[in-house]
Amino acid sequence: MKKFHRAVTIVAASTLLLAAAACSGDSDDAPAGTDDVSTTAPADGSTGSGELTELTVWAWEPTLTAVVEQFEKDNPDISINLENAGGAADTYTKLDNAIAAGSGAPDIAQIEYYAVAQYAIPGRLADLTEFGAADLADTYTPGTWNSVTLANSGKIYGLPVDSGPMALFYNKATFDQAGVTAPPTTWDEFYEAAKAIRALGDNYYITSDNGDAGMATSMMWLAGATPFQIGDNTVTIDLGQEGVLTFAEFWQKLISEDLINTQISGWSDDWFRALGDGTLASLVTGAWMPANLIGSSPDASGDFRVAAAPVPVAGQKANAENGGSSIAMLASSEKQEAAYRFLEYVSAGDGIQIRVDGGNFPATTADLNNPDFLAYTDEYFGGQAYNEVLAQAAADVLPGWSYLPFQVYANSIFGDKVGPVYEGNGTLADAYASWQTDLVAYGNENGFNVNQ
Amino acid sequence: MSSLAVAPSAASPGPSGVPASERPPKNRIRRDWRGWMFVGPFVVFFFIAFIAPLIYAIILSFFQPQMVWGVSQGEQFVGFANYVKLFQDPNFWSGLVRVSLFLLIQVPIMLGISTFLALAIDSGRLYGASFFRVSVFLPYAIPAVVATLMWGFLYGNQYGIMASVNEAFGTSVNLFSARLVLVSIGNIVTWEFIGYNMLIFYSALKTIPVSLYEAARIDGANEWQVVRAIKLPAIRGALMVALIFSIIGSFQLFNEPNVLQQMSGNTITTYYTPNFYAFHLAFEANNPNYSAALAIVMGLVTVAIAYVVQLRGSKGMG
Repeated sequence: MKKFHRAVTIVAASTLLLAAAACSGDSDDAPAGTDDVSTTAPADGSTGSGELTELTVWAWEPTLTAVVEQFEKDNPDISINLENAGGAADTYTKLDNAIAAGSGAPDIAQIEYYAVAQYAIPGRLADLTEFGAADLADTYTPGTWNSVTLANSGKIYGLPVDSGPMALFYNKATFDQAGVTAPPTTWDEFYEAAKAIRALGDNYYITSDNGDAGMATSMMWLAGATPFQIGDNTVTIDLGQEGVLTFAEFWQKLISEDLINTQISGWSDDWFRALGDGTLASLVTGAWMPANLIGSSPDASGDFRVAAAPVPVAGQKANAENGGSSIAMLASSEKQEAAYRFLEYVSAGDGIQIRVDGGNFPATTADLNNPDFLAYTDEYFGGQAYNEVLAQAAADVLPGWSYLPFQVYANSIFGDKVGPVYEGNGTLADAYASWQTDLVAYGNENGFNVNQ
Repeated sequence: MSSLAVAPSAASPGPSGVPASERPPKNRIRRDWRGWMFVGPFVVFFFIAFIAPLIYAIILSFFQPQMVWGVSQGEQFVGFANYVKLFQDPNFWSGLVRVSLFLLIQVPIMLGISTFLALAIDSGRLYGASFFRVSVFLPYAIPAVVATLMWGFLYGNQYGIMASVNEAFGTSVNLFSARLVLVSIGNIVTWEFIGYNMLIFYSALKTIPVSLYEAARIDGANEWQVVRAIKLPAIRGALMVALIFSIIGSFQLFNEPNVLQQMSGNTITTYYTPNFYAFHLAFEANNPNYSAALAIVMGLVTVAIAYVVQLRGSKGMG
């Protein structure tokens, strides 16, 4: 749906671009209008008592509406102006335009974990260390904290909102039918299960994929790879690493032997229908999935179960994050004290419960270990206390993963590279190599010293 | 073009006959600004909405921000560097070749069917001609995004009509595959615009004087001869107009691939058509300068081809 939203708002976006141009054109002395954003000194404690501080927040997370309401009640001196640009992609476009224009950026923005580096590295986001955010480190799961600190870079660029440790969501009815009695725990077992399910008939597949960048990078992460590294002056891209190639080989085998459905696109109508009628037997994805399954594939009610994501080697404790967002403060904000109060409220304060009640999968360990949360179930999952599996999945996320400071672009061209592989032309390993070539070129064009 | 510029001096200098507002006044003393008051509002909006963005895009295309660690250090004049890069960019060429192929195959098919339908309605032998006319035109009234979504559902080989077709014939055709997706797009565009073009041709046919048909009948011409000798030559002008619209439309192909992309997965690349690529460059690659260069080149290519077609078309008419 992201792409579709983008299409609808292209007109609006281009209008914005024009507006941006008009703004930067006015100030002749600052031709780019961008460098002043990053160097703006954070205003300290400008929130005088008695005055109402207005904060602008750009976010698409629906539960934030209720959080903002409660926050304004609890903090009468701050008023929040919550704007929804229409989703992640539109928010980033708007944000890029505002940054380029040098004005109009919000105080706070919701940013997905995979895009944090994209805004943090060029200095668009405020470092939250000086507000005491480091004290919160133990509050969050390792995966989410790793994401907002860019693999523990020493700076904190945002606070986690929700999280998406991966898990295997599988249709037990189909698995049983295929004689797969226990969910696969390793990639080899997954491959065997895939063959058994494929044998059920024409439309039966263990899962589907036609080249989703988020899924691929998460699987690399799960396999222990760190293909992207951000140093002090260099960015390293190495998609020829062992973990990357292990995944490429595994996935290639499934594609070549027609064991995964490559003709169905994730989040399409067909996808939800296939998940509903049991022909698409499982998926490895983020912990935020249950609500989507319950809402959009109601036919499979009672059949689904949740298990730990399969790992490359038996007995291994490894997992990765897939999706999820943080909330960050823009470096250009002049109301950083107030903004931080809101961030903390949303991420580590009373906002958590409101969001969890609204269906968010929490990023905070206390809430993940809350007995009520762990005991929660739904008939869709046959009474399984699936949050227990998901909470463990959150604890198993491997540290050290980092996304590129231009991951939004990187993911946008990923499909161009791997698309032919899913139609039987070429190999994933070659496609990743070609992806790397383009990423290195793009990185260097944008002034990142890229090593490979 | 040149004939317009020459016109004032070639026209007779006599004071009467030509309204002052239509010709630039040669006499400075008689310069009259009242005309501008009428066209003024239009000119202002025309400048804001058309000329200014065009100039801005041209200026943009000659600059490139100096990037350090993802931060712009200011725009630098780079001359034609963006254009040079563009002409060496295989993605650009692949998109251009694709839309050219689309133009060469889809447009003749669409205009051929439209012409046939217009002639059929005009023949007067069709039962329920006005109902037929409206129903063929109807797809044009449906927004392209909606039409593409609808067709996308039909194309689906999991649960769409194609799934049933495949089942019935024991085939496994995937209309979203890289090989067929352009054909699928062509089908949608044809469906959308047949009625529109048909109506243009039909109205051109309606302007033919009845006396020509009477004369033909007296000469003993059959229906086929009437079509060839009277009707087709008469709609030639309309055909040229439709052709030029179709050329422009083909080069601007965007909506259909954009909407189909989310249904077809990764068979539609980010550089599938030049317009699609320009959009990707500006909003995903954050390179509006390079994107502007692409837009300018595509604009020029479209103008050039449309102009050549028009030139050839009008030559043939004379």
